[in-house]
Amino acid sequence: MLFVELIVKGLVYGCMYAMMAVGLTLVYGLLRILHIAHAGVFALGAYMTVTVANATGSLALGFLVATAVSAVAGTAIYRLAYQPILHHAAFVPMVVSIGLFIVMQEGFRLIFGAYGIAFDTNPWYVANVSLAGISLTYVEIAMVIMSVVLLVGFGLFAGLTRAGIGWRATVTDPQMATSFGVDPVRVRYVNFLFGSALAGIAGGLVGLLNNYVEPTMGGAVSYKALAIIVLGGLGSVRGTLIASLVLGVVEAFGAIYLADIFDRDAIGFLFLIVVLMVRPQGLLGRG
Amino acid sequence: MSAYIASLISVIGINLILALSLNIITGFCGQVSLGHAAFYGLGAYTAAYLAKLGAPLPLTLLAGMAMAGAIGIVVGLTSLRVRHDFLAVTTMGIGFVFLGFVRKQKWLGGELGISGIPGSGLDAVTYALLIAGFAMAVLGFSLWIKQSWMGFTFDAVADDEDAARTVGVNVSTYKLTAFGIGTALAGLAGGLYVYFARIILPDTFDFVQSIAILTMVVIGGTGSVWGVFAATIALTLLPEVSRAAADYRLLIFGAMLMLVMRFSPGGLAGLVKRKPA
Repeated sequence: MLFVELIVKGLVYGCMYAMMAVGLTLVYGLLRILHIAHAGVFALGAYMTVTVANATGSLALGFLVATAVSAVAGTAIYRLAYQPILHHAAFVPMVVSIGLFIVMQEGFRLIFGAYGIAFDTNPWYVANVSLAGISLTYVEIAMVIMSVVLLVGFGLFAGLTRAGIGWRATVTDPQMATSFGVDPVRVRYVNFLFGSALAGIAGGLVGLLNNYVEPTMGGAVSYKALAIIVLGGLGSVRGTLIASLVLGVVEAFGAIYLADIFDRDAIGFLFLIVVLMVRPQGLLGRG
Repeated sequence: MSAYIASLISVIGINLILALSLNIITGFCGQVSLGHAAFYGLGAYTAAYLAKLGAPLPLTLLAGMAMAGAIGIVVGLTSLRVRHDFLAVTTMGIGFVFLGFVRKQKWLGGELGISGIPGSGLDAVTYALLIAGFAMAVLGFSLWIKQSWMGFTFDAVADDEDAARTVGVNVSTYKLTAFGIGTALAGLAGGLYVYFARIILPDTFDFVQSIAILTMVVIGGTGSVWGVFAATIALTLLPEVSRAAADYRLLIFGAMLMLVMRFSPGGLAGLVKRKPA
């Protein structure tokens, strides 16, 4: 029973990682930037959700504001921080991104305080259902449903609509896509809008899941999301999704069976390093 | 010399060794490392463990260097296999694996670290001068490497790996050499820190520390020895000079990282160089 429970809990975390990592992988696929400040957007989403929900009493409104603010913030990051330095070596935007992330994290600490905020009312945090002996809280179920709906929606958009096809074309070959009339700059904006909105929603959900929002909450998740996109083979959306779920499960098992040797955060990276030793291009990446 | 000045000199010396050693890996050889603090920690934990067993100072320092350098070469092996961007994430991962391991080891003190480390046998001032001496040696060594045959080869590897390989440079050997030297020196800094602080905590060697070291390198000018030298001293003194800078240390580090890279990717050294041209 423990075996099944660990797999289920792992998959729940995997869904959360997927929502974070898809945004990162899209940015990497398009611009070859390791967008570490994505973690700042994630924490911003959590703060927006908790402050708006506590102020108005409406969780839905909280998520709506969080989605919008995160999307705008992510796009602003692209426009102000990345766009002017795209012609430099990949190292330069990455360091800018690290700096930005630290500034955001410290900014949250100054504005919202170091001790974190809890939701005034969070009924889903305790309410739970029991499925075949495994109890899941409503938040965990919402996390799974939300990520599946959003990611399937994204898949349909990318696969079926004109804009989505233009997007994929730009990722594959920006020059060719441009000569077929796709505006690469617009694609980048859409990319950051969508990826950041996802991160913001994920942030809000994680806030609900822990019933706690704190300045450094983006850290561990985003470092793991970076590990995930490398695992998936940088830039591959399918690889990222698989890697997210795999990492969630590996962590769930590792946290139990390796508890005496490593802490939870180390397990993901240990797994990453082991995989890279065998497959340096990642799980699904091409050599 | 007052005790305060002595401790200031010790901290500056240790930071100089850390920044200059990362500069050899990232600046000279172009291999991005986001986990330098792990090697600092490896040196510190090795030295502290041996010191508690009663080993003398030269032995613990050497053992710390050897341990950090050996693991550093193993990590360097991944740099031969993975692409550039992968390396940044992998080295970041090394930092988390190191911390995650140390935190769970009872024989290394777990979360509480190692305390009650015996003194160096030197008084604070002499020990500060010893650290300063080591820092100056690392500075001289960096300057020597930069103008040596090895320095030019590092440059070639950093600039264009494939081109370097084409003209007959054994890229793998040089990358491993850079990792070996850089991480061993970080281990030395760790050993020196042990006798200075007399207590080590896992959190001293976390991701933030790695980023702090990277900040010194990047703001000074990646690859520029004197730039990194100046930036390290300035950034270490900053919190001492201004109380506000101490409270908002991380915020200032982050903002500087962002702004310097955004407007002058060559760091301060890049600004200085641009003027005469």
